[in-house]
This record gives sequence, structure tokens and C-alpha cells, in this order.
Amino acid sequence: MAGAERADAVLLAFARALRGAGVDASAERVHTFLRAVAELGPARTYWAGRLTLCGSRDDLERYDRVFAARFGGEPGERRMPAPGLRISVRETRAGPRTRAHDEPGAPSGAALASSAEVLRHRDIADLDTAERAALRRLLAVFALHGQVRRTARRRPARRGTVDPRRTVRELLRQGGEPARPRYRERSVRPRRVVLLVDVSGSMAPYADALLRFAHAAARGTRGPRTDVFTIATRLTRVTRELSHRDPDRAMAALAAAVPDWRGGTRLGELLREFLNRWGQRGTARGAVVVVLSDGWERGDPELLAAQMRRLHRLAHRVIWANPRKARPGYAPLAAGMAAALPSVDAFVEGHSLAALERLAAVVKGADDA
Amino acid sequence: MSRIPEFKEPGDVAARLEQTGYLVDDGLAIACFLALRLHRPLFCEGDAGVGKTALAAALAEALGAPLIRLQCHEGIDASQALYDWDFPRQLLRLRAAEAAGAVDADRLEGELYDRRFLVARPLLRALETWPSVLLIDEIDRADDEFEAFLLELLSEFSVTIPELGTVRAEIPPVVVLTSNRTREVHDALKRRCLYHWFDHPGFARELAIVRRRLPGVSARLAEQVTALVQVLRSEDLLKPPGVAETIDWAEALDALGASEVDPELAVATLGSVLKYREDAERARGSLVAALREG
Repeated sequence: MAGAERADAVLLAFARALRGAGVDASAERVHTFLRAVAELGPARTYWAGRLTLCGSRDDLERYDRVFAARFGGEPGERRMPAPGLRISVRETRAGPRTRAHDEPGAPSGAALASSAEVLRHRDIADLDTAERAALRRLLAVFALHGQVRRTARRRPARRGTVDPRRTVRELLRQGGEPARPRYRERSVRPRRVVLLVDVSGSMAPYADALLRFAHAAARGTRGPRTDVFTIATRLTRVTRELSHRDPDRAMAALAAAVPDWRGGTRLGELLREFLNRWGQRGTARGAVVVVLSDGWERGDPELLAAQMRRLHRLAHRVIWANPRKARPGYAPLAAGMAAALPSVDAFVEGHSLAALERLAAVVKGADDA
Repeated sequence: MSRIPEFKEPGDVAARLEQTGYLVDDGLAIACFLALRLHRPLFCEGDAGVGKTALAAALAEALGAPLIRLQCHEGIDASQALYDWDFPRQLLRLRAAEAAGAVDADRLEGELYDRRFLVARPLLRALETWPSVLLIDEIDRADDEFEAFLLELLSEFSVTIPELGTVRAEIPPVVVLTSNRTREVHDALKRRCLYHWFDHPGFARELAIVRRRLPGVSARLAEQVTALVQVLRSEDLLKPPGVAETIDWAEALDALGASEVDPELAVATLGSVLKYREDAERARGSLVAALREG
């Protein structure tokens, strides 16, 4: 029937528009969508689509926007990606071409490799374009594992408590003759790691490297996924954007998702938002939470102090990595930093590859700062 | 075998649920209708206390089917969720057979892994029971491996027990999954499900729910409590109260013999609505103000 086919085409076009808006409307979902519309009739297309095509609360807002644009209301506004971070992404792509006139004496690949050791300790803010590119390659091999904890699950072991199930199974196999008892013990898993990366103006020289560090860290983990949030004037969860394998594509996706690249920082308010929306419910509970920020707070330091206390009660450990800490004569005088410090378990540097390596060790619990 | 009622359209489901005391809005009625029609699990997400778990219970009652509940927790595995062998009984059987002088080892082994020594856990019970409502509660607490295992089970509605063979549900059970969003549940699992987000209800519907659940409470009290909770939800609280808390509060006030809320009583019973000291401190002022006005 031509009419039914045309109706299906409209629905498929709608699903395609949804995908364009960032909703994961996969083929399987679309199939269910068509069945749902067939069950419910076209008058209930809104709910048919909302129930079958969306998969999270974030999807709902996108869904409403696209639905209004397609089937009524004003055409949805086109969202522009934030310009700031894109420039920093292009820097990589354009690297080889611009290098020639930017820095005539750019080092060769071999020279870069041999200078890796030097690079490890250099402040990221002082690096030139080529060195930054080298740093990116080094950062790509990072993996971040949380400190291990014991879980409720038990697994067979050489010693531990007697495992009744396996012991009796063994007995059955032996025809009921007493057998050697089998043992089990609690297994261990790495704790969840949460990274809060400050991408405000004062962090601009570090943000690109720190986000790449976050990307590598989030990609490299087995077990619970590392969650990554950016903070500046708004809080953005970027875990999904960072799940691209390719760092440059991940950074491009992130640039499109983060609306406030290089704004000012309101650490206290954003930390409160993080705790209300995610942390309290479980993201921060028992996790190792790392704040990567210079602690430059535009808002009320007292609010930040209160939220840090809250975070400290929820998390297993709170680690603060501050790129400015390594500067000669640094003292945590910024009001925000001073307010946060009493609720921080480890205060580390975050300005160089070596510092980030050390941070990874601290997260793992191998090293105390 | 009992049959479940045929629903022609979402309104029928809503009416049936309403008879059990569970009030649904359009979206949720459609969600339940589709879940029944398409045999798809219903994935319910939303803040704690908005009625996700209660929906499963209401559905079970509305369908006249047993509710089979699986509470998820960290480290949950197949032997707790699906089935396990009853080892002590197997051992007894073995001893008894030996005492009787049975020697056929193969036959004995076959007997030991008989269906009657199998302990069915919730998931297997749900596969074998039709009709039934399977509630997989707080799936976000289980870990990834368990999610993957569920994915398989929920797409096939069958499970293979090595010693016995495959158990397949002739008609899949009605499945409700809930999540409090303490972590993101894997997309592959959600893709199998219908997704419904539970919002806090508006004043009229919440009042209707309270009246329905607590018919003995005075109308004035129910109204006041509902209005106050709506005020509290607009505050910036660590844990905004859910419908469950509204009901608790009305019940607490009623137990104190109140037919109306005054500021003093409200503050004294605040513990049944707000579960953080910071929230209580923050809310006290606005509560008293709201009571003075209304």
C-alpha cells in the first residue's frame, strides 16, 4: 500500500533526524518504533517514538526538539558547536603544514623520541606545537585504574573460607566420599574513577592535554568505566563523547558537547550540581574522584568548601591535581583552593606528563602524596 | 492456567491499573500497553520514590499474575538470579542410593541432576510461569557482566541448563526493569526495552494518588501535604521528596491525629519527607512561609 509506505517513510525520516540530533536510534529501535506505531495508531506517534527510540533522560530533550520540528511547532534551532575547543582540535590536524613557517627548527621524530624524557617533566603550558603533539602521543597510552576494593562476589581460591557449593559438588563426583574442601575468597575490583576537568579560561594552556589524559584514562580501563565531566560555567558529562577510540575524533565530539569552553569557573556551584545530579546517586559513592583544576573560584568559596565536604563524605578518596602547584613559590592562596584543601585526601601537581603519571599512581593507591 | 486480560487500547490498561490504586498518566499507560503488546521489557528510570517499583506490583495485580522480584546488587550472579542445584538434597539422595545398594553409576548421576533437585531462582521461575510479572529491581546496582547475561536472557526468553536442557518461556513474562541512574546502564540492554522516564507527578495527580492510597486521611490534610511537597520539590534540595515520601508524611501526620498541618507539626514531622539535615534546615523557612500564606 502506497499510503502505508509513505507513512513509514515519514517515520524513518524522523528517526534519521533524531540520529542527527544525537539520539542512538538504531535499526533495532526503529523497527520497534514502526511496530509501536502500528499498534497505537498515528495519533500516538509521540509516545510510540519516545518509548522506543530514546534510551536516557538526555535523549528526551533532544527527542522533544526534533519531534516539534518535524510534526508541529517551530523548526528546532540548529545547535552550533562551541568554537573555542575546535581551534585546539584543528591544531593537531594542521600540525605538519603549519609547522614549517611557525617553527623553522622543529625537531625530527627521532629527536622527539629521545627528548621524551625531558618532555615528561616540562610544564605543558610552556610547550610549543610540536612538543604538544609529542605529548599527545605519549598521553595516548595512559590507563587509569582505581584503587582496588573487595566485592561481594567470591571466587575460587587456594585459601580463604570453605566454599560449600564446590565442596559438595566434589563430594558428589567422588560418590559421597569425603573430599578435600574447596575454598573461596572475595574477589577484588578496581574502584570507579571520576574525573572532573576544569576547562575554564585560566586552565586553557592545560585543558587540551588534561582532556586527552582523561580520554586515554577512560578508554584504558577494564571493569567500571571512568566517568569524565568538564566544568567551567556549566557542568557537562563527556564520558560518552570520550568513548571514541580515536583521540582526535573524541576531542571533536567533546568540543561539540561542551558549551562553555574557556568561560569563568564557578567550582562550588558546579560541584553541587555534579553531586546532586550524579554524585549523590552513586557516581561518586565509593569512587576515587579527581578534580583537575587550578582552584580559581569566581563564586563563593564557602559554597565550594561545603560541597567539597559533601564530596569527601561520599567518595572513597578525593584527589586534587593542580597544574599551578609546581610553579615556584606556589601557595594555595586562591580562595577556592584554600577552601577545598581541608577536604582533599591528596593534593598533587598536574602540569606535566610526569605529574600525570604520578597522579595515575595516586589514583591507583600505590603512592601517597 | 489463568489468562491475562486482553487490552484493546492504553485506556484499558490505565483503567485496570487504577482499580488497583495505581494512577498512571498517558505516557505510562501507553508504555504498559506497548510492553504487553510487543512483549518488550519496560525500562523505568527516574528519581527514587516516584513509583517505579510500585508499577510492577500494580501491573501484577491488574493482570492477576504473580509478581516475581529480583533485587539486584553488586556481585549478583546467575546462581542467585537464575537457578542453583540443591546440593544437600543431592548428597542425601546419593547416600540413600548407596545404602540401598544401587550400583548403576550413570543412572544415579541422571537422577542426581533431576529437575526436582533444581532450585529455581526468580528469573527461571518467571520463564516457567505464565502469566507473571518479573521485576528486575535496581539494575544499575548489578555489574556489567550481569547486564550482559540479562541481555541474552531478555532477548531469547530461554536459558540452557547443561544437565537438563533448554527452558524456554512459551509466552515471555511481563518484565519491568528499574534504575535509579546511579550509573549508566548499557545501551545494548536498553535497546531491548521500552524506555520510560518517571517524572514527579503534578499537584492534581499526586493528590489523587495520596487520596487513593490513604482514604482515611482528611481531604484538607492530603491537599496541604501534597501542596507542601510540591513546594519542597521546587527548592534546591539534595534529595527532593518522591511520591512515597508524600504518602509517608500524610500518614505520619494522620497518625498524630492531625486533620490540618500547622507550622509546628510540619517541622516536627519533616523527618518523614526530607532525609538530609541540610535539606531540613533549608526547607524549614519556606515551609513555614508557605503554611502562613495558604
